[in-house]
Amino acid sequence: MSAQALQMPRWMDLVLLPLWNLLIALAVAGGVVLLIGASPTQALSVLLEGALGSARGLGYTLYYTTTFVFTGLAVAVAFHGGLFNIGGEGQATLGGIGVALLSLWLAPRLPGVVMIPLAIVAAALFGMAWAAVPGYLQAWRGSHVVITTIMFNFLAASLNGYLLVNWLRPNGSMSVESDAFADSARMPAVHELLAKLGIDWPSSPLNLSILLALAACVFVWWFLWKSRAGYVLRAVGSNASAAHYAGIKPRWQVLAAMGLSGALAGLVGVNEIAGVQGKLTLDFVAGAGFTGIAVALMGRNHPVGIVLASLLFGTLYQGGVEVSFEVPGFSREMVVTVQGLIVLFAGAMAMVSAPMFARLYAAVARRRGAGAAGGKSNG
Amino acid sequence: MDEVLIGSVLASTLRVTTPLLFAALAGLLSERSGVVDIGLEGKMLSAAFAAAAVASVSHSTTLGLLAAIGVAIAMSMVHGFATVTHRGDQVVSGVALNMVAAGLTVVLGIAWFAQGGQTPPIAAEQRITGLLPQWAEPTPGSWMASVIGHGLLSHNALVYLAFALVVVVWFFLERTRPGLRLRAVGENPAMVDAAGVSVPRLRYTALALNGILCGLGGAYLTLAQNASFSPNMTAGRGFIALAAMIFGKWKPVPTLCACLLFGFLDAVAIRLQGVSLPGIGEVPVQLIQALPYLLTVVLLAGFIGQAIAPKALSKPYVKER
Repeated sequence: MSAQALQMPRWMDLVLLPLWNLLIALAVAGGVVLLIGASPTQALSVLLEGALGSARGLGYTLYYTTTFVFTGLAVAVAFHGGLFNIGGEGQATLGGIGVALLSLWLAPRLPGVVMIPLAIVAAALFGMAWAAVPGYLQAWRGSHVVITTIMFNFLAASLNGYLLVNWLRPNGSMSVESDAFADSARMPAVHELLAKLGIDWPSSPLNLSILLALAACVFVWWFLWKSRAGYVLRAVGSNASAAHYAGIKPRWQVLAAMGLSGALAGLVGVNEIAGVQGKLTLDFVAGAGFTGIAVALMGRNHPVGIVLASLLFGTLYQGGVEVSFEVPGFSREMVVTVQGLIVLFAGAMAMVSAPMFARLYAAVARRRGAGAAGGKSNG
Repeated sequence: MDEVLIGSVLASTLRVTTPLLFAALAGLLSERSGVVDIGLEGKMLSAAFAAAAVASVSHSTTLGLLAAIGVAIAMSMVHGFATVTHRGDQVVSGVALNMVAAGLTVVLGIAWFAQGGQTPPIAAEQRITGLLPQWAEPTPGSWMASVIGHGLLSHNALVYLAFALVVVVWFFLERTRPGLRLRAVGENPAMVDAAGVSVPRLRYTALALNGILCGLGGAYLTLAQNASFSPNMTAGRGFIALAAMIFGKWKPVPTLCACLLFGFLDAVAIRLQGVSLPGIGEVPVQLIQALPYLLTVVLLAGFIGQAIAPKALSKPYVKER
């Protein structure tokens, strides 16, 4: 095993290798499906049909996609700053808390055009604050951001539980959730808007947050690759000490990367709480923060890749629900398994197959070189 | 009544500390060799499932224990293959193992037993029960029987094994040659390599030991503490164990103290619900449950002493040529 950089063209590294790893993960998942006595082909066709085969299914798929774009971008921005943010779960929870507190307070008095932008700002600020603390602790106190963000996930869940049980739950209510918000705090659903235009679209949780998600993608792309601040952030991410010599203060960049990352994760609160629930609930993030890790890995930390990977996981989540209804003995946790396998094979073991592809490429290149130059060795 | 209260709090503290201790010692062995282990939670969960599934089907405690240990070691080996052999990201690999475990235990549980992810209950004969059943309940009026008997001596063999392992791990790391090498490979792998000792072999060994301990911790949950497996039953214990190991500064005896502290908080959290403490007032149960995480963050921030990780932690070793 050599540690030298493997010789590979860009398309191989960016497209072929991730697809190959995805294929291995799906093959192992297919093995699990066989193991529990179901048919992988049937499961796959029900999955695709359920996720993409109907307008309603597509609505659900795009709703999941929206959430995963936010958490995937959050992981990617932190990654470009050289940090691994596993705290998307907690930051998204705080985003939801921000939306809920503001909506319960102001929504009865404000119209939607004012309320919705305020709720978006609240979600971003709450998520930002929750990520900034681990960022500060990493930059100034030297505690590792991976560990602190894990701890902050649990702290966020405790905080949400405490707020709901002790303060936000209406008196006498048994279920642990807040009052419903006034209508002005609801992110408009896509099917309602289409109905106003006279287009009939089945009801689904898909709401205007998807436009916010796309805007976030464009912003992240512009920020990271077109703005000065993003350049500085990436410089620190690729070599903090070199950046320091160049006059950049790495500590502030760590704080900025975590803050922006947390703000993006916090926007999940807009989709889930303002868009779908209309009230604060327990555990509304439901693992989306971790799915963001898989999304960022598959999407190679680039907004375009993240949109594609989010679509993949949105399809898996929506299709997985349908499969669990239709195929006996099948549970929707299969999706979590597939997600874990993708993180394992496309993330942790991403480079296992790389030497094979590099050898293959070298062999093809050598043969081609030999054919063209009449057997001249290309060393 | 004080003796009953003290005895039962002591007993439940030791009971809930046990799985934390197994997992924290497992994490300690892996991390002292330089391999981050975020996957403690997943390994314990899989081991708990394997123990319950095998023990309830085969009616054998031994097979259940072996299955738990086998599954946890297998997951440790996958972690090793990804991160030691192929130098993949250790945190990503741990996250992946946790996801796979959370999903697969439910998928297989529903497919095999069709009880909403639970395994069938394990028969009383297969359960690991207290060594001295006469002290299973505290005795009002007798401090001896309540505190010493029920509090300390009423437990099952795994509880005492966990506490004994603290001494074993300490002795191994501090007083034996392989233990010294294991610590060295977590601090300066190049030096160990130069001395002619294989870095990957040491890290794989640490991961195998880690698997055994995670397996015991998981098996304890289903064979001793509960009588069946239910989805996500580890409920963050793997992460509390990780926190305890960091709180214990990657050392066995301080880790034991941290586990006991977190176990005590867990044991009193339920009892303190709705109780008004003198001078403090009512403490929200969520705060007590969150304290282990909060304390660990405060410690990591350097406000209580300092926690210094092994130097080579999370850095894959590239052999020089």
